[in-house]
Amino acid sequence: MMGQNERVVVNHQQLHYKELAASEKFKQLLAVKKRFTIYVTLFFLIFSLLLPILAFYTNILKKPAIGAISWAWIFVFAQFVMTWIICHLYVKKAAEFDDMADQVLLHHQEEGER
Amino acid sequence: MDVKVVTLFTLIVAVTLLITYYASQKTNSASSFYTAGGGLTGWQNGFAIAGDFMSASSFLGLIGAISLVGYDGIFLMYGALVSYLVVLLLVAEPLRNLGKYTLADMIVERFQARKVRGVTAFNALTISIFYMLAQLVAAGDLFKLLLNIRYEISVVLVGLVMLIYVIFGGMTATSWVQITKAFLLLGSTFVIFVMVMAKFDFNFLRVFEEMQTATPLKEAYLAPGAKYANGLDAFSLTLGLILGTAGLPHVLSRFLTVPNAKVARKSVVYSIWIIGLFYVMVIFLGFAAAKFVGAQDIVAANPAGNMAAPLLAKILGGDLLFAVVSAVAFATILAVVAGIVITGATAFSHDFYNEIVKGGKATEKEQIRMARFASIGITVLSIILALFVQKMNVAFLASLALTVAASSNLPVILYTVYWRRFNITGAITGMLVGLIGTILLVALSPNVWSPEQGKALFVGEPIFPLASPGIVSIPLGFLGAYLGTVFSARKEQNGNFEEILVKSNTGSDIKGVSHHGV
Repeated sequence: MMGQNERVVVNHQQLHYKELAASEKFKQLLAVKKRFTIYVTLFFLIFSLLLPILAFYTNILKKPAIGAISWAWIFVFAQFVMTWIICHLYVKKAAEFDDMADQVLLHHQEEGER
Repeated sequence: MDVKVVTLFTLIVAVTLLITYYASQKTNSASSFYTAGGGLTGWQNGFAIAGDFMSASSFLGLIGAISLVGYDGIFLMYGALVSYLVVLLLVAEPLRNLGKYTLADMIVERFQARKVRGVTAFNALTISIFYMLAQLVAAGDLFKLLLNIRYEISVVLVGLVMLIYVIFGGMTATSWVQITKAFLLLGSTFVIFVMVMAKFDFNFLRVFEEMQTATPLKEAYLAPGAKYANGLDAFSLTLGLILGTAGLPHVLSRFLTVPNAKVARKSVVYSIWIIGLFYVMVIFLGFAAAKFVGAQDIVAANPAGNMAAPLLAKILGGDLLFAVVSAVAFATILAVVAGIVITGATAFSHDFYNEIVKGGKATEKEQIRMARFASIGITVLSIILALFVQKMNVAFLASLALTVAASSNLPVILYTVYWRRFNITGAITGMLVGLIGTILLVALSPNVWSPEQGKALFVGEPIFPLASPGIVSIPLGFLGAYLGTVFSARKEQNGNFEEILVKSNTGSDIKGVSHHGV
């Protein structure tokens, strides 16, 4: 017991973070964040890197879409729209992450005081 | 030289010096010099990021490229916009939550090791100088074209004016110069955009209809393939653009000028909208230059197309609009160069001088003095180098900086924040493999070797076939960091991953923000 107490004193900073990192609430925050970030990142990487592939290795973008505007241009403008949409999707989601992070810190503080 | 041009140039210098004067009164600590005390608001930093990022090469170069090669020109731009999603989702917030003044602070927060700080700072300086060279060469060329000032004189002139901002006003002056420039650039682009669209009766369909016959390329102008013979170069370039921004030290340092992760996030949203809207307008300005100026005149003024935008302005709005566009290009170069220099100077003064040499014990006064000396040193070195690389292609220099950033900084940033097993050896090998790998690939590429005399630095077949090395060098950087970690699997080297994880996700410990306001 004594030894453990000593470690708390000496290594307070370290232990504090280790405890927090192991807490249920924090793990939940990481899991939610990870799911969102991985899927969305994969999506925008694939969506944007598809443009050079489709433009140079297939003919599907060569067809006209609206009047003189071909699908190649629609796909370019779609990149802009995609970026703006994901940007705001993230901002909305990040507000949830913020709340969860506040909860984690608050919870930890209460635990510490007890 | 035109009176209007000189008047507007003088006006820009006067306004920015006034900003510097006010900023200098608030620049009294290391924190205010390096990061404006971490006190910028969301919209301020958003405009500053945009002002930092929209360089003269993106303003003049992109309009030129689209005017000459049509569709293929967009491969130089949209990846750069998408890159801000990488910044937003993966990098900006952990960086604000972990860093103090520099990127190295963030990496060292996990691995308390001087060699990691040293390599990160060296990397930041190298990338900054490459990027700075690209801007200076562009400045020299531009003033020669616009004003008939000699290359050497323009490079020195830009260097001197920018040094005044950095030395006296630090990051506060730099940020406000960037904000001002972002407004000027966006405003003048918008005015020209409206004038262009008026010529087409604001009918977007008609723009595309008329562009099918308006250029020597005819229908091919609006289709892929006018510039890139195969998709590999376009793909590699796009990959480098998407992943490059999140590793650029002068963009990353902007996230240390705000008080917390929420404001960092908000500022990226502003910059995504500003840069996106700017790029959309640039596409139509490129079309208009092709139609109203004509490919022949654009190429006659400058083979790379850099004069397309000023020439278009002259046709649409006469000498006055020409002078405005020239002056805005001048402001653009000044703002971008100032951002690069202050980032390099901070890496030198904070990382090398204070943390490594002085063991973190240098006084505020000593640090500011060293940062000022470093600013002068970086500027003088870049000016001297710029005189030698005068003949090099500007886009190539800038893309080199971007690819080094994507290959050496980004893997280490991502692994530091997201990978538990990552260790010191991995961080160092990752950065060095990315840096050296990119430079080697470029040294063997068509940028340096060409079978035709005079087309590149050396005559001969390039060993590496692609002009943009990103497709190889970026995976190489990630692989270097991974293998370095796996082959040196010593536990004690892992750093305090739990601590990093908590801090980066909750923002429980933000350093380097002074709360006396800016």
